Amino acid sequence: MKAYRIALTLVVLVLTAGSVVNAQCKSFAKKTCLPELGSYTHDGNYHATILSEGEEAELYKTFFSDMEYRMSVCSDENIPPVEFLVLDADRNILYSSKENNNTRTWDFKMQSSQQLRIILKIPSGQNSGVPSQGCVSVMFGFRIKS
Amino acid sequence: MKLLLKISDSILALAVFVALMLPGCRSGVKDVKNDVDTLVTGANAAIYEDIRQAEKIFYTLPSPLESAMLIKSTGAQFDDKLLNPIENSRNYNTNRSMALNLGIYTTDLSFASLYDQTQLIINFMNAAKQMADGLGILDAISEEDIGKLEENIHNTEVIMDIVSQTYLNSNSYLEDNGQPAVAAMVLAGGWLEGLYISTQLVDMKDFNGNKLVSRIIDQKLSIDILIDLLSSSKGHPAIDDLIGQVAKVKTVFDKISLETSPIRPEYDQITNTTVLKSEVRTDLTPEVFKELSETVAAIRSNLIK
Repeated sequence: MKAYRIALTLVVLVLTAGSVVNAQCKSFAKKTCLPELGSYTHDGNYHATILSEGEEAELYKTFFSDMEYRMSVCSDENIPPVEFLVLDADRNILYSSKENNNTRTWDFKMQSSQQLRIILKIPSGQNSGVPSQGCVSVMFGFRIKS
Repeated sequence: MKLLLKISDSILALAVFVALMLPGCRSGVKDVKNDVDTLVTGANAAIYEDIRQAEKIFYTLPSPLESAMLIKSTGAQFDDKLLNPIENSRNYNTNRSMALNLGIYTTDLSFASLYDQTQLIINFMNAAKQMADGLGILDAISEEDIGKLEENIHNTEVIMDIVSQTYLNSNSYLEDNGQPAVAAMVLAGGWLEGLYISTQLVDMKDFNGNKLVSRIIDQKLSIDILIDLLSSSKGHPAIDDLIGQVAKVKTVFDKISLETSPIRPEYDQITNTTVLKSEVRTDLTPEVFKELSETVAAIRSNLIK
């Protein structure tokens, strides 16, 4: 009976651990990513997840011609810095952080409104063994075009 | 004792099953490896070589604040009669109605904020708080937030920051606590309210060349994102119903042609900004606009009941 109780406790811990880790991701996103938006107004949307080395996430969003945008991308210190690519609907690459000194923010504006696709990628680490994992977040700030 | 052990066995098995299934239940997880492999040619191929598989897909809609800003940027006038009366908030007792109206009230709040409607700002913030509290979203909108709002009621920038923060708190709480369907309903409610306000504000006597009409056409770009977002929680009865409603809006949007030229990125060194240049050609007749406006109004009327 005692063994079952211990097992159950462990399972409950496993279940709640995900929630705790996610809450840490929110805190990380607010503390690390949000300030990078500077004078842009954060749109209020939340995009954060836990990724391991070698893993990717994608984001689809419409950007409007009346706005100027800043994209802020950040990742935990215990994983390699996140790289991001911005693609159009035809999958042409419009921007690559890797080709721009591994920048963490990107300022852009649209001549006409378009849906873009953003790929976030954690490069594979140098060490063999279990890949490390950590929070990755992307946030968008906007302001009316000047 | 044997019975107790059997019950424990069952609970343990169920808990392990749930624990194993939880990561897969996160919204919109999809393998895109094959999709990417077949579509890459030329110069992009080298960068794509690294792209293998997405662990997570985010479907993002214009937020209430962004929708309100888009409306204001066209020079449209404020009309409080278009907003969901706060008295309706007492009618919302189900998770579905509270989630949808959390999105709706947040858009109304954003709209009121950008037009300096001081009393309405406080009223809609309270209505949004009521919805968030009803959904059990802890501290999404605290009494401290309301106090700060009242202290800075004439400072639009601070108000926008508070609205953005409270919306972030709601979204993140729902996502992080395994409620992607409820989170999707909040986003859908907010987007539909923005579309409703925009379509109602168009003066048909000033239809051709109307900037607000152009912003409404732009929403065609987000309708598939909304359907994908909702579809990642398919099987949830309220979501399935909402997909049916949104499909009606898509049917009308499909009658609008929207063609864009390829995007040409150009870097502006003075402003340190990339300009994504492209041209767009659209065709929306007053008849199709009327159909869109009526379809959205009928759906919205059902959501705020």
